[in-house]
Amino acid sequence: MLTTDILIEWLVKIGVVFFILMTAIAYVVLLERRLLGFIQMRLGPNRVGPFGLLQPLADGLKFLFKEDIVPLEADKALYVLAPMIALVPALMTISVIPFGDKIVILGREIALHITSVNVGLLVVFALTSLGVYGIALAGWSSNSKYSLMGGLRSSAQLISYELALSLSVVGVIIFSGSLDLVEVVKQQNSFWLGFIPKWNIFTQPIGFLIFLIAAIAETNRVPFDLPEAETELVAGFHTEYSSMKFAMFFIAEYANMVTASSMATLLFLGGWYGPFVDKFPLLGPIYFSLKILFFLFLYIWLRGTLPRFRYDQLMRFGWKFLIPVALANVVLVAGLALLIY
Amino acid sequence: MSELAKYNEVAEEFATEELVLNMGPQHPSTHGVLRVVLKLDGEIVTDLDCDIGYLHRGVEKICEHRTYAMIAPYFDRTDYVAAVSNGLCYVETVEKAMGIEVPPRAQYLRVALTELSRISSHLLWLGTHAMDVGAMTIFLWAFREREEILKIFENFFGARLTCHAFRIGGMSYDAYEGFEQEVKQFCDRFPTRLAEMEQMLNSNRIWLSRTVGVGIISAEDAIDLGLTGACLRGSGIEWDIRKAHPYECYSELEFDIPYGENGDTYDRYLVRMEEMRQARRIVIQTIDKLPTGAVTAARVPKVLKPPAGDYYHSNESPKGELGIYLVSDGSTQPVRLRIRPPCFVNLQALKKMCVGRLYADVVAVIGTLDIVLGEVDR
Amino acid sequence: MDAPIINYIPILIMFGLALAVATGMVLSSSLFGQHVPSRQKLMPYECGKDPVGSARERFSVKFYMIALLFILFDIEAIFFVPWAVVFRKLSQDYSKLFVFGEMLIFIAILLVGYIYVWRKGILDWNK
Repeated sequence: MLTTDILIEWLVKIGVVFFILMTAIAYVVLLERRLLGFIQMRLGPNRVGPFGLLQPLADGLKFLFKEDIVPLEADKALYVLAPMIALVPALMTISVIPFGDKIVILGREIALHITSVNVGLLVVFALTSLGVYGIALAGWSSNSKYSLMGGLRSSAQLISYELALSLSVVGVIIFSGSLDLVEVVKQQNSFWLGFIPKWNIFTQPIGFLIFLIAAIAETNRVPFDLPEAETELVAGFHTEYSSMKFAMFFIAEYANMVTASSMATLLFLGGWYGPFVDKFPLLGPIYFSLKILFFLFLYIWLRGTLPRFRYDQLMRFGWKFLIPVALANVVLVAGLALLIY
Repeated sequence: MSELAKYNEVAEEFATEELVLNMGPQHPSTHGVLRVVLKLDGEIVTDLDCDIGYLHRGVEKICEHRTYAMIAPYFDRTDYVAAVSNGLCYVETVEKAMGIEVPPRAQYLRVALTELSRISSHLLWLGTHAMDVGAMTIFLWAFREREEILKIFENFFGARLTCHAFRIGGMSYDAYEGFEQEVKQFCDRFPTRLAEMEQMLNSNRIWLSRTVGVGIISAEDAIDLGLTGACLRGSGIEWDIRKAHPYECYSELEFDIPYGENGDTYDRYLVRMEEMRQARRIVIQTIDKLPTGAVTAARVPKVLKPPAGDYYHSNESPKGELGIYLVSDGSTQPVRLRIRPPCFVNLQALKKMCVGRLYADVVAVIGTLDIVLGEVDR
Repeated sequence: MDAPIINYIPILIMFGLALAVATGMVLSSSLFGQHVPSRQKLMPYECGKDPVGSARERFSVKFYMIALLFILFDIEAIFFVPWAVVFRKLSQDYSKLFVFGEMLIFIAILLVGYIYVWRKGILDWNK
């Protein structure tokens, strides 16, 4: 039943999580710039506030006061709508992602997720694949050739890697027997032989790698950053965007990175589980954040290391390598599941 | 109407339209203000056309109205990435015309500085080329090394970009105190740093797939187009002016000319990387053998008047064969001065290398040609 | 929780919040930013030259092919999901071989289409 209590709980949780998400996105950007600086033997932004900690704020203000340009020949309605379509689903996914078990505050049991639905996994996939509309429409509505090419590239890329992504998750679903993300994590709780955690990464390393690669491609990050390949397409689909509208694409990209990292954590790295989490449930969110940080670090590390794929190589890799391997992985994991259970 | 005609009509109506795309002059990877007009079918380049001249300053014409000594600094501004070796070519041309013998110390200093500028030019190429292909870290690493060379140049010439120290008949001034130590320090550090950068690229499968087999030019085509420098040597032809027609003190120095086999982007990359090592080898030799004595020829006239006639001189600039054709009527100003810029000639290969390939290859090929628009446009 | 449909309400609230934030961002930049339009500024970017032709010409058919393939394969891939959910339950209740073999047949059918597409050269982008 929908009671005032539940409603207030939801609102509070949404408020807190949303605030944390936005702050996290801002600081992931800073982290990326500092880490890249470290990799490239330079300092990175360190002037605004201690260690540059206020840099995101300065960036945000600067975005706010920049000129908002709408090209004359652009399709105005779509042009404005595109960044919103990119941003809204990217921010929404967090609502079904669990980041801990239940905790008790003031005698009230609170589950550490905004909501848990029995098709949580599908909700995440549905929302993340909506983002492609934002990018494709941005490319189309700008009426600029570079934007158009970026939009075309990204639509083709995103839908190609989505196949591998959804196939790689099938193995996880076989083990969990549920699409509820909480169930998926709980299934990874116990240990094998008393010390190896029952994380899915150990039973299906191939699936994990496919998921990771496809997730990086889905978030348009190096080495799959073709839609916005700076040296080829200038800025790709957001060439014509400025000010806050550009920032929205930016936020959406980093929100998607956080989502992809959390999904990798939930599906393959045992979510919030770690030592002593049974006794102190508050440790759950901390472990969860640490695991997410690991993936975010991976993202940044790759960006500092790898060149970019060429378009045909990207498509070939996706269609001719990842998809067959993902299919084989499904068979493999199903066979394994038959052996174990 | 027959079936075939109907089919053709429909096919025409729904045919893919080619996208005409302006790449440049304001584009992140055209290395300056090159404009390439591309015709694209999806991602595939069906035709391309280079439009140059955005940086044209009429250097050749200006030279006709300057005395010989006044012309020299203009050459620092053609290929501004390798100002030193460009300046060298001009002073050598006039020296050749007037029969001036440069003292050995000046020759060794000249070679040391030119080879350093070769390394600096190649480092810039490496950084931007890698950046074009998407590896941004290499860019900053290469610039860190280049900075070391620029510091030496700054101490020597007082300038970092438009370095100018060569004077007709020798050098403007002798090396500063500590020059030799600084160069040696750089040479000691350089191989490990270069190896670091190579490690990031040579074993990187994405880098290999982006460069191997991309922008192939056969040896015959390379000769027909008049390519020089690493673009020619990458196709397997061993041709280097430093060996073929040694100038300065190159005949007294030991170095190898690297050359490739397949004439693709990766081979040119390997050739340039090896050239950096060889350049370092040459620098070390010149510093070790550096003779003492004057740096200016004893008998250089105050007013330079090369005897009437045509003169051609070329040397191996980092980009390829840089030639200067000088027509003198015996007065204080040249009648005609023509520069054969290696970048301009090498740029002709762009169409041959790119048509039928993917759009992203154009970016890689522009990088591998190592063009500087200041020299293409002059 | 017993009433699953209620659990979707937070997603709806989140949608409202995200939409409000997005709208706020769009509005704020047009509100606070300066506006000094000029013809050049409002032109589509094409590296400093006036654009040649329109950007809305018909583009390569290959992109449509990928879209078609995606719809085909994604629908097929989605069929894996319900099968995977009941995999363990079914293999315990019925025969293991049946559940496994069923999936193998499905993948075999999927592969036929996949190989056909591959052989047709639709997955080659260089041509």
